[in-house]
This record gives sequence, structure tokens and C-alpha cells, in this order.
Amino acid sequence: MKKDIILKAENISKQYRLGEVGTGTLIHDLNRWWHQIRGKENPYLRIGDTNDRSKKGTSDYVWALQDINFEVERGQVLGIIGKNGAGKSTLLKILSKVTAPTTGSIKSRGRIASLLEVGTGFHGEMTGRENIFLNGAILGMTKKEIASKLDEIIGFSGCERYIDTPVKRYSSGMTVRLAFAVAAFLEPEILVIDEVLAVGDAEFQKKAIGKMQDISKGEGRTVLFVSHNMAAVKSLCTRGIILEHGKVVFEGEIENAVSYYLGGDAEAMNLKTFGKEYDLPIFKLNEISLNNSGRTSDDVLRENELIILHTKIDIKVKDAQRYHITYHLFNEMGEVMFSFSNAGSFSLKNGLNDITCDFPESFFQSGQYFLSLFIVEDAKKPIFIESDIISFTVVDSGRELGTYMGREPGYIKPQFDWKIK
Amino acid sequence: MNNTNTTNDWLFEITPKNNFFTLNLKEVWQYRDLLFLFVKRDVITVYKQTVLGPLWYLIQPLFTSVTFTIIFNNVAGINTGNVPPFLFNLAGITVWNYFTACLNGTSDTFKANAGIFGKVYFPRIITPISVVISNLIKFGIQFFIFIAFYCYYYIQGRDLSLNGMVLFFPLLIVVMGILGLGLGMLISSMVTKYRDFSYLITFGIQLLMYLSAVMYPMELIKQKLPAYGWIVQYNPLAYIIETSRYMLLNVGEISLSGLLYTFVVTIAVFVIGILVFNKTEKSFIDTV
Repeated sequence: MKKDIILKAENISKQYRLGEVGTGTLIHDLNRWWHQIRGKENPYLRIGDTNDRSKKGTSDYVWALQDINFEVERGQVLGIIGKNGAGKSTLLKILSKVTAPTTGSIKSRGRIASLLEVGTGFHGEMTGRENIFLNGAILGMTKKEIASKLDEIIGFSGCERYIDTPVKRYSSGMTVRLAFAVAAFLEPEILVIDEVLAVGDAEFQKKAIGKMQDISKGEGRTVLFVSHNMAAVKSLCTRGIILEHGKVVFEGEIENAVSYYLGGDAEAMNLKTFGKEYDLPIFKLNEISLNNSGRTSDDVLRENELIILHTKIDIKVKDAQRYHITYHLFNEMGEVMFSFSNAGSFSLKNGLNDITCDFPESFFQSGQYFLSLFIVEDAKKPIFIESDIISFTVVDSGRELGTYMGREPGYIKPQFDWKIK
Repeated sequence: MNNTNTTNDWLFEITPKNNFFTLNLKEVWQYRDLLFLFVKRDVITVYKQTVLGPLWYLIQPLFTSVTFTIIFNNVAGINTGNVPPFLFNLAGITVWNYFTACLNGTSDTFKANAGIFGKVYFPRIITPISVVISNLIKFGIQFFIFIAFYCYYYIQGRDLSLNGMVLFFPLLIVVMGILGLGLGMLISSMVTKYRDFSYLITFGIQLLMYLSAVMYPMELIKQKLPAYGWIVQYNPLAYIIETSRYMLLNVGEISLSGLLYTFVVTIAVFVIGILVFNKTEKSFIDTV
């Protein structure tokens, strides 16, 4: 039996130019145009580095995507996984026709609707009802289609009372609910979804994920889904592709894709070694790193395993006990969450100190965190402050299928001592 | 289900470049509801939270006409014949305003809508077309005030008469809208990468007004500045404004060759505008 391919990507590549637009770009534009009218190949397509943002490249052009090939069968739910900057968003933009590929083509047998953002085109001065129509039309529905689903959309959003009030009077949560409600009732053959799940409160996320499951499983729609949330990917998708530096590095069953991603192959940056940067008269900071117990700092940090913070610091003065180290932990919004210190536990000693601090398993919620380091003298005077000395990302390692898949609210989830009598 | 799987039955294909001329009219038609909703949005949200609301539509041409009458007719002494100078200026300004509104509104299409365009695909041309249509409604309101003053002067016993050609006035407005749309699409495509053009357009429109016979009859410039009169004669907008005054107030002249020239230029600008716009819409989001 032949496979029923609904979407096919062939050799998709996308090149971006780095830097600012100025006189230099005008010269490139003119040169490109001059090549074009003589029927020659674009001279800037030949150059270009792989997209690795941490390394300095040699040319002003980078390939955000390079030779991407994949096929999607009708009714399949494809998860697209990758780190920040791996090219996921670029691929989604190409699929949703927001931007064109530099080379290659995408062939489709169905209408594609994309949900890269909820509430695109919402106008604050218009009422909820008017915005449903406007947003629906932007997403490709006709007025008739929207009118026939209007009651369902309003019901799903839970904003009945405010539906004839201008959207600018809505709370941000209500706006998101209304926007998602419109999107949830789209009926294209192929639906492309970016991480829109990361919106709204927990109750609404649950509702949203449930709706997405209905769309993909119940209605047999083809869905392309991009997310960092491994649990959601695992439960919604059937196949997965992993992007790294703009290339497909893995394609296959979703279970394998997720374990590939969580395995050592996904790059992690949980180790910082310092040379002369923090070599001061009193101390020299050598290294800060994080890892799960039993794993190295090259692995991604899983939320359900013990996380160890290592600090290697050389105290050069004799009265080392006068000093202690304090960390401040910040969340991705830049809000300080708490501070912690070795002060109450032990004193530092002269010479090399190899200090560890254990965070119990299932302490952090998945997300990105930043640490600031303070070296304090005599328990009152900070002699050294460095913000964001290291950042780390804790991932949700894929809870069991069927459990709640949205990101739970908050940043930590301490395990309290529950008892029943 | 499986037997439909031959190699050529793709519904559509996303490729790096558009074909040379792909104004997909069928697709635009599918999105006609969106066009309507954009127009509605533009009309109802313009003067929200203002006290005078749509009255602002009327205040602007009235005050400009009064100023022009004082400066150009009373001070500079431009003769408008039988027609009251105020009415003469109001006619010119009303028509001119429609053009500038279309040009201004469409010339920053990509820049102003980058947020929406960056997230969702729909035929981009819907946006400039909606601008031209919503401005047509604004023009209608402004034209109404012209009619009111026309009646006022008529009752006052001024010697006013319409020309039979007035039946073609709507056509003239359509031509003007298309010219503004074509030029706007052309400029919006260039603004995406080089913002220089948006500065050019701001003062360019001001200069263009003086070359478009808005506050003087075309004949006058030929008499007074024979050496430079040709500049105005090469400006298609001057013919549109001169002709609309001919139709509405029966002053000035109608030049068939001039009108023909205007039509040709309009169609050329419109076609080039669409071509450039189509080429830009595919990847403008990378440079905007």
C-alpha cells in the first residue's frame, strides 16, 4: 500500500544575512541584481556558515536551515523538536508561507493554517465579537464559517459576559482565551502550531491541550507541532524530527526522538570554566557547573532527578573562614526567587574549595534559570558580585502519557511532607 | 484514498520565487470577507475615543480650504473666474486628499503590518486594497461637505453649473485610487528594506501637491511660467484634479490626450506596483 503523503518538503534551505541594513546591503543588492539580469547565479548563495550562534562565523550570511527533507502522511502528528536557534521557527515560517525558502520547495495536498501566535490582528478598540470575526478571517475562515461557530467559540473562551466590550478592557488572560478559542475552531487539512500552549492559566492550558488532542486524534487532522515541552510532544505526536543547527539530525518515532533529544546529543551549556576573569587578590573562581547526579554537565538537566551545583573556588588568604559564598536564583523573567549560601553549613578553607549544593529531585519546574554569585566578607560586606554568572535550563523529561501535560504554574515544586490519618 | 496519490496532484507548492505575474485573484476572492472586515476595522477604529469623532474628516479639508483661499486667492490673487475661490479650493483639496490618503495608507503596508504578516499568511494585497476602500468612504463623507457648500453658494445666487461629464466623476476617482494604490504598493515594497523612501514620501507628497494644480487652474501655470509649465503637464494627477473641477464646477478645460496619458500611466504604475509587491511579499519579513 502506498503512503498517503499530504505534505512534502524537498531540500528546504533558508539563508539570512546578518548585521544591519545600510550602504553595504545596497551594494550587495545591486550586485545580486546585476548577476540576475545577466542570468547568472546569486553570488551570495555560495557562501554562508552553518548557523551556530556561539561561534564567530567568517561570512555575513548564515544558513538558518540547510537541506531539510521530510514527508508527512495524512492524519499524522509531527513534532518538531530542537533547541533555541535550531531553525524550528524558520521552518514554521516557511511552512506557513510567511517567508519563502531560499532554495527547495514544499508541496502540499491540503490547505495549511498556521498558529504561530494567538490573537494575531486583534484590535483593542473592537469588541470581543468583532475581533472573533477579524481574527478568524485573518486565519483563513470565511464570515459564514465563523458565524456558524460563533456560539461555540464564545462558549469555549469563557468570555460571554465581556463579548461586547472592547478587547482593550480585557485582562491579558481573557485575551489569550478568546484568541485560542478562535484558533481552536479552525478546520484546515494541515495545522501548523508553534508553542501556543505556553499561555493562559493551568485550567485553560488543560482545556487547550485537550482540544488539540481532539483535533489530532479525534478528527484525524494532520498537525505539525513545535514545542519544548517533551511531555506534550510525546503525548500529542506520532513522529518527531529533531533540528540542530538548521539540519535534521533525527527523524523517527516520537519515543525515539524524545529520548534522542534528552540524551547526550542535545548540547548543554551547564559548565563554565574561568581563566583569569575572576582572579582577585582574595580568591580565584575556577569553575561553576550543574548536572544531574550520575550524569555529566553535557547532559540536559532533568527536573525529576537530583541536580548538583558545583563551585570550584581558590581562597588565597589565610583567614578563609571570614568569607562565604551566596547565590541568588533568578527565573527567566529576571525575578529573584531566593538566595542560598554555604554560611550556615560549613566554613571555607584556605586553598582550593570544591563545593557542591544539591537540589532535591523534582524541585525545579522546567524552565530557564540564572544564578548570581556573591562573595561575602564577615557575613555582611559583599566583596564580589557577578550577575548571571551561569544560566541553566531544566527540562521536563517526559511525564507519563495521560498525565497533565502543560507546564505547571510557578518555578519550583517542592515536595512537601503529606500525611493522612 | 491511496489511489489519488499520483505525483502531480499537489494542491499548491511553496517555492523560493513567485512566477513573474501571480496576482492570484482566486485567492483574493476567497479572502473577500477579510477585506470587508479590514475596511470595517479601519472605519470604526479611526476616531475612537475622540470627542468630535468623524467630524475630524470634515474639519481638515475645510480649514485647509480656508487657508488656501486666504493665501492663494486673497493674498496672491489667483483668479478662479465665476466660481467662488473657497469652492474651487475645496473641490481640489477633497479630490487631492483621497489620493494622498491612499498613497500614505498603502506606502507603509509592509512596515505597519509586519506584526500580522510575520505570523499569518493571507494574500498581502488585501491590506492595501482595504486602505483604498476605507479611504473611499472617508472621501464620500468629505465629498458630502463639498455638495453642501455647493448648494449653499447656489442658493446665494452664484453662477454655478455642473458639466454633463460629471457622470464620469466616479470613474475619475477610481482611477485616482488605483494610481495611489499602485504607487503605494511600489513604495511600500521599497520601504521594507530601505527606510529612506518613507522620508521621501512625507515631503514628496507636499511638493507634489504644488505640481498637481490643486489650488490653481492648469491654464494659469502655462501662462505665468511657460518655461516650467511642462512639469505640471507631465503630472497625471494634475489632469485628474483639473478634470474633476471641470466636471463639478464647469471651470478650466478637459484635455482628452491628457486623460488618455493619465490612464496609461495609471495602468503602468499599477501593474509595476503589483509585480514589485508580489516579489516583495514572499520574503520581506526577513528584511523589514
